[in-house]
Formats: sequence, structure tokens, C-alpha cells
Amino acid sequence: MSIALSMFVGFVALTLLITFWAAKKNTGASAYFAAGRSITGWQNGLAVAGDYMSAASFLGISGAICLNGYDGFMYSVGFLVAYITVLLIVAEPLRNAGKYTMADLLAYRLKPRPVRALASLSTLTVSTFYMIAQMVGAGVIIEKLIGASFHTAVIGVGILMLVYVVFGGMLATTWVQIIKAILLMIGAFMLSMLVLKHHGYSLDAFFEAVSAATYAGTEAPKNLLQPGLQYGIAVKGPWGPTDFLSLSLALVLGTAGLPHILVRFYTVPDAKTARSSVVWAMAIIGLFYILTTFFGFGAATILEKAQILSDGKPNPNMVAPALAQHLGGELFFAFISAVAFATILAVVAGLTMSASASFAHDFYTNVIHHGKETKPGQEVKVARITAFCVGAVSISIAIYLGPSVNAAFLVGLAFAVAASANLPVIVMSVFWKRFNTTGAVCGLGIGLLSSIVLILLSKNGPAFLGHPFPLENPGIVSIPVGFLAAYLGTILTARDEAAEAKFAELKVRAHTGLGAEKATAH
Amino acid sequence: MHLLPNGVLLPNLAPLMTEKSPVNWDQIEAKPAFRSLLARKAKFITSATIFFLAYYLTLPVLVGWFPDLMKRPVWGKVNVAYVFALSQFVMAWAVAFVYVRKASAWDKEAANVIKDHH
Repeated sequence: MSIALSMFVGFVALTLLITFWAAKKNTGASAYFAAGRSITGWQNGLAVAGDYMSAASFLGISGAICLNGYDGFMYSVGFLVAYITVLLIVAEPLRNAGKYTMADLLAYRLKPRPVRALASLSTLTVSTFYMIAQMVGAGVIIEKLIGASFHTAVIGVGILMLVYVVFGGMLATTWVQIIKAILLMIGAFMLSMLVLKHHGYSLDAFFEAVSAATYAGTEAPKNLLQPGLQYGIAVKGPWGPTDFLSLSLALVLGTAGLPHILVRFYTVPDAKTARSSVVWAMAIIGLFYILTTFFGFGAATILEKAQILSDGKPNPNMVAPALAQHLGGELFFAFISAVAFATILAVVAGLTMSASASFAHDFYTNVIHHGKETKPGQEVKVARITAFCVGAVSISIAIYLGPSVNAAFLVGLAFAVAASANLPVIVMSVFWKRFNTTGAVCGLGIGLLSSIVLILLSKNGPAFLGHPFPLENPGIVSIPVGFLAAYLGTILTARDEAAEAKFAELKVRAHTGLGAEKATAH
Repeated sequence: MHLLPNGVLLPNLAPLMTEKSPVNWDQIEAKPAFRSLLARKAKFITSATIFFLAYYLTLPVLVGWFPDLMKRPVWGKVNVAYVFALSQFVMAWAVAFVYVRKASAWDKEAANVIKDHH
């Protein structure tokens, strides 16, 4: 067995042990969906960081920076600043007024059935796109690292993920995220140190080399610190800067609408801990993204493009592992590969968890059964079954799409949808008294529709539609459309007296924590 | 039942004392202390949001439409663009820090507002 294989078999075994430990503690909905609300601030901070730093972050960004320089670094910036949106606007009201899912907050004073139905649809959509991207990424990486075929790799990842989620629930996925976040930070530090060492531990020398990056002498010098190598007018045409702005907007607003991140805030005992967990997450995530400077830009001064090719084209996902191998030998390569694999597995588990929780809690219990559990434990059972189905569907779609689908396109879609459909409704529900059910339904529905339609009409959509929309990320159009739809849907329709009457209660709950769901004893 | 020393038999009042009355949300919401807290919270969050979004979005705007400014070197080969990007991290952490401090004070106020309503 190669070192890489043994290392991550070891890691997988460890995480399976955690899953079985969690399975024993998992009794009841609060335990399954919200880890008993017993996770502390720094633990949740690490778990949020783990959930957030997906394969797209570690592998994708380092690859994007290595190949496209500064424009790739924008992802690092956007992904971090997005947490301010979460901190200021969403995290605490959510924890105070909700129970298990994002829709709990939305349906607080609005008519539950239409709102939950649409919120569930939106959650499933965002989670599925995000998940397929991770599955494809996992397939490609494992295919390269272990030599398994793409199909086998995707199925293998899918099965493991299902075991975590079906048996372990939120507690297991939380601890998998925490461990993975720690490993990721260690890996990032070591990789950065090795890159600096290569440049004699001199920041001057490092930036000097990056400004004339030659990919280990194999290409003409390129100044990677200059913006515009990917989105500049010369490269992308006149819409380049607008596309860049659109992407930036989607990144900073999308996080606050990502169901699998929001659901993390239900695992802590109270709103104050939710707040501190966001701060912890920002510290860890921020530090990580600053380090991407070193292993991202640095890779272009150390690696030849030939080291990161797959099928003759540079594969950005391979930059971080290739760098690890080049600078630290087989052992370090194995470690980084195991971390990359853990990264994907953890995020996929988190996504499945939130998607299946949404279906079981929002749709099954609340929409179909009007809020009553037909038998105790039914909701959890439905969640487990949904997790299985969601996993099976995304494995199938990932295999169908194959390794060459642009995973970044799928993640960008997820962010744009989240920002267009979910965020407007969350914000208005908490802060605007007049907001009514029709507004929520319009906001969710039209936000969802506009972002998806614009993606299909962009250059990444199917050929038969003709690619009329000039931007790759629809954010700059679909996000305002989502807000507008929620606003117009409200003021153009009748006032909802019941919703407005309940606003006082929502305000008191959201801003004081009175009546919030408490932690359960284990 | 509780027998007093003078021979009077009292019913057990304990259940009545600890029985939770349903929360009167409108009453709490109407309290001047609560409304004042919310007004100040709204003001801070609105200004902080406008600030951080403006600071953040300035980056893609400058990079997209004023690339020559952003390409100017600041220290060695490090350019305005990179320094501005790094400053976004500092800005985010600073906003978080200020918010947490403010929010701790708000927590205490909120606790006062609801203290008789558990």
C-alpha cells in the first residue's frame, strides 16, 4: 500500500470511529440535527471553518492563484469578508428564533407551508450544486492520487459520506469538520513555510520572484501580482470587470444564505456562542486565506506546468498536492492528499446533512404533515432516508457529468443562488415588519429562478440556448432581482395582519434570545 | 400542605410560584428600554454594513476600471492591489472586533429587559 493510501485509510478509520461514537449519543431530533446544541464557540468556529474551506478553497484557490495570479486571490478575500455579513445580520437572529433549519427562521411569522416548501427547494438546489462540485473534485483527486477510476472514486466518497451522515448525524459531521480544519491549517502552514524556505525565508525575495514568475524557468516571466490576468478587459473582453464585480458580490453575500453553513449555528447553546463561533471561524479562515498567498503565488515560482498537467491541460486542483510532493517528498504529499480528501468528505457530509434536514424537517414534517410528527423519531428517520437519496442522486449526476465539468462554475452557482433566493428573505423577515408570505414566496422563487436561468444563458450553459448572457456569474443581476421580488411581492399584495402582529415576538426573540431552543443534556 | 406553628394549614403554594406565565411579547417589545436598544442596534448594524460593503466592493471596482492605479508598486514589487486586498482582511477582523464589543454591551441590556419574563 502506498503511503498516501495508508494515510487516508487511517484518517477514514478515525472518522468512522467518531461516527460510531456519535451514533451512540444520537437520540432524538435535537441530537441528530443539531448535535444537542452542545458544541462550544471555538469548536463550532473550527467546524464552520472546516465546512467552509472545501476543496474549492484549498485546491481550487491555490490553483487559481498559481495559474491566474491576483484574480485568483480575490476568492480568498471574498470568502473571508463574507463572514461579516453572517456576523452582523444572520447568525444571532437565526440561533435565537429557529430550531433546525434556515426555513425555521423564515417561517417564524409567515404562513409556514408555502415558505417552507420553497425554502426547502432552495436549500436542496444550493446544496446539490455544491455537492456535485465536491463529488467531481473528489473523483478527480482520488483518481489521480490512488489510481482508482473516476467512477469508483466518486462512489467510494459517496458511500463514506453516507455512512457519516446516515449513522452519525450532525455530531459526527461536526467532529469530522473540526479534525479536518486542524489538519488543513497544519498542512497550510507547513506548505507556506516550505515555500518561504525555498526563497531563503525572505519576503522580499518571494515577492520579487512572484512578480516575474517563470514556473521553474519553463516560461517567460509573468507578473502574477498584477490584477487582470483572468478578468481583465484584454483577456475576457469588455464585460470582464463587470463579471469580476458580479462574482465579488455573490461571494460576499452568498455565505449568509448557504444553508449548510447557517445550520452550524444551531449546534451551539446560544446566540452569544454563535457570535463567538463566527469570530473564531473568521480568525482561522482569514489566516488560511492569507497563507494562500504563499502556496498559491509561490507554486508558480517553484513548479513547472508539466507537474500539474492532467490530460495535457493544467489542472488547478493538482497544484497544492504537487507542491507538497516537490517540497516535502512522498510523506508530505501523502499528508496533503489525505487532508484534501478529508476536506471534500467533510464538506459533502455537511451538505448532505443540511439538505436532508431541510427535506425532513421543512418539507416532510411541516409541509406534508402540518408540523406534527406522525410517530416520534419519524423526522430523523426521514432525514436519514433523504440523505441516502440525495447522496445517490449526486453521485449519479457527478458520474454522468464526468471529471471535466467545471466545479468552480457549480460552486459559483451555489453562491449566486444563495445570495439571490435566501438572503433577501432572511434579511426582510428579521428586519421588516411589513414583510409577508407572498413577498417571501416571490423572493425565494424569483431569486432561485433568475439565478439559474442566467447561468443557463451564460457561456457555461447548454449550447442550444446560445449563450446570450455575457457574465459567468449572475450575481450582479440576480441578487438585486431577488431583493426586488421580495420587496414588490410584499408591497403589492395585501398586508398580513397575523405576520405583522407576530413581528413583536420575532423581534424580542431574535434580539434577546428569550425562548430560544435550549441545549439538551446528553 | 404546610402546617404553620399556630396550627393553620396552608395549601402548597410552590406550584403556583414556579408556574410559568406565557410571555407577553408585545409588552416586552413596547418597553422603552427594548425599543431604544433596538434603535441603537439598527443604527450600528446599518452603518457597519454600508461601510464594509463599500470598502470591500471598492476593490473589484478599482481593479476592474482603474487597473493602472492598482498596478502601481508600493513596497518593492508589492503593488496597491495586493496591499488593498490584505487590508480587506484587516478591515474584516476590525469590524468583527468592534461588533463583538458592542454586542456584549447589548447582551447585558437585553438581559435586563427580559429579566422578569423567564
